[in-house]
Amino acid sequence: MNALRNILMRREAGIFVMIVLFCLAVGIAKPQFLTTNSLRIILLLVPLIMIGAMGQMLVLVARHVDLSIGSILGLSAMVTGMMFRYHPEIWWPLGFAVSIGTGALLGLFNGTLVTVFKLPSIIVTLGTLNLFRGLTYIISNAKQIDRQYVPSALKAMSQTSPIFGIPWIIIIAFSVALATYYFVMHTRVGRQIYALGSNPVAAPLRGIDVTRVTLLVFTISGALSGLAGIMYASRWGFVNPSNTGAGFEFQVIAAVVIGGVSINGGVGTVLGTVLGVLLLGCLSSALPLLGIPGTTQNAIYGSVIIIALIIDRTVRRQGIASIARRQA
Amino acid sequence: MNALGTTEPRMTSAPKPVRSGWQTALIRPETMTFVLLIIGVIGASMLSPFFLDINYILRSFTLSAEIAIVALVLTMVIIAGEIDLSAASNMALSACLFAFAQQAGLPMPLAIGVGLLAGLAMGGFNALMVVGLQLPSIIVTIGTLIAYRGLAQVIAGDKSIRVPDWFIGINNQMILGIPLPVILFVLIAIVLGLVLSATIYGRQIYQVGTNETAARHAGIRSKRIKVGLFLLLGLVSAIAGLMTASRLGSVRYDIALGGELQMVLMAMLGGTYIFGGRGSILGTFLAAWLLVIVSTGMTVANLLPAIQLTVLGILLIVAIIATNFIYSRAQR
Repeated sequence: MNALRNILMRREAGIFVMIVLFCLAVGIAKPQFLTTNSLRIILLLVPLIMIGAMGQMLVLVARHVDLSIGSILGLSAMVTGMMFRYHPEIWWPLGFAVSIGTGALLGLFNGTLVTVFKLPSIIVTLGTLNLFRGLTYIISNAKQIDRQYVPSALKAMSQTSPIFGIPWIIIIAFSVALATYYFVMHTRVGRQIYALGSNPVAAPLRGIDVTRVTLLVFTISGALSGLAGIMYASRWGFVNPSNTGAGFEFQVIAAVVIGGVSINGGVGTVLGTVLGVLLLGCLSSALPLLGIPGTTQNAIYGSVIIIALIIDRTVRRQGIASIARRQA
Repeated sequence: MNALGTTEPRMTSAPKPVRSGWQTALIRPETMTFVLLIIGVIGASMLSPFFLDINYILRSFTLSAEIAIVALVLTMVIIAGEIDLSAASNMALSACLFAFAQQAGLPMPLAIGVGLLAGLAMGGFNALMVVGLQLPSIIVTIGTLIAYRGLAQVIAGDKSIRVPDWFIGINNQMILGIPLPVILFVLIAIVLGLVLSATIYGRQIYQVGTNETAARHAGIRSKRIKVGLFLLLGLVSAIAGLMTASRLGSVRYDIALGGELQMVLMAMLGGTYIFGGRGSILGTFLAAWLLVIVSTGMTVANLLPAIQLTVLGILLIVAIIATNFIYSRAQR
């Protein structure tokens, strides 16, 4: 009884119930929403957001924020795309290493600015958001990488599947989520991220190397955005200097905040983040079905972030109140 | 600000000799901005002799005047220890609501009222979230940045809405040969500068930004001050939105898209301390001119807009590093 209550009291249960209710409501209005085909559409929408969300979750848990992930995605995808274009002879899976490596370097750059110069991450990444986007234009000479340059084996990863008809990119996305779960729950550094985010003053006193952990979360966030970059090339078959990754940070932050990751640091679970991503995926795929124009997407993302913030705030207040009651 | 910011650089504890007046003046970030401004003008005039023509600079300034005006108020918000990234989206939404209202047949004064009220309401909403619900302004205003722009997109769609002919062309209105937006910018800068440096209210803003708890214990109504600042920023953003509508002659949802970067950049280049409590209107005033010279210079030099973005991004990072460095060294 108590165990069941504990499960129901969890934040994740709330998000799960919201997903179910939302899908049922849309399904009643438009029965074609509740088919395996639309499940496939939802699952194909989310891999990029899911991978970005894992990185952003770590950054938020460490009490920072990374606004530059969309531009990192764009720049790493462009670097990889240019490699495919000018050196088609290179074995294509190396593109993953190039894209992830580029992303990791850019993330490390963010982390360095934040740790060495003690700057607030929001302003640093607002700067690098524009800096990286501009670099994407410069290296590509404002030209798109067209379909014919992207290796067909890479493009096939979004269609073909190793098992059960699930495309590769979905499997990669969920593997990243699993790996993140292992990292944050079962490694020392993973736990240190939470300790740092819960109390940045106490963390160094407990022997946590704050600089190292902060650098690490930004590098991971960058590397995962780089992975999302090559998967963008796989999913859409092109890389465009202005569109690729633009607005990605907003979708990711929306998903992460819905998933119950606290903006005050120290709180957030992989399961919650995954559910947040799925809820966002359901939302985005239901809109066109319901005949709501695509122009409303941004308004919805923005409102969803604000609503999630308010919920987070109320939940936290109640949590504190219930602890106080227990102690009284 | 506190939630996501890194810890403030520590002051050196060793006592330092008192600096003489000119040394203190030299070490102020505004001086740096001023020096950069002069370097900028000299550099730009080597690029093109047009930059020595004051009329050319004034004309170029009208293109950024709206954003510069908002940056002045944003400076006060940052000094009070908060931030607002949603001001540029606010400009777009209030301009769209205004254009929509007048297209729907509302008389102009009423339509303008709708736009201004909308801006005030948006500022009020930010204030409610940040001051009322105690949420960090960084994340709240990222949320409202997307939401306000998104609502503008819902209202205007992908179309542009025309405004009446007589409303068009604020940038061509000249007073004593100076474009009206520039005059407005200078006037607002003078008023805000006086408020910030010479009134009790202004000094209280600094105290709230330096140490809010201490300020509250000293009897300063910090909540009221912050709410006032957010409301003012909302109202001024709406005015700036209407000015943009007048300059462009039509309204689209992507008015001032990405303007938050320029606003924050102007404040940072002007030496406003990102953690609050320090900064001045004079700094932002000078930085606005500097930024206009830099971006016009880049346009004259035929740089792609994307490369200009890169430069602005680098400038932002360099500006905060420099300001933090100056403040952590200077004894003030």
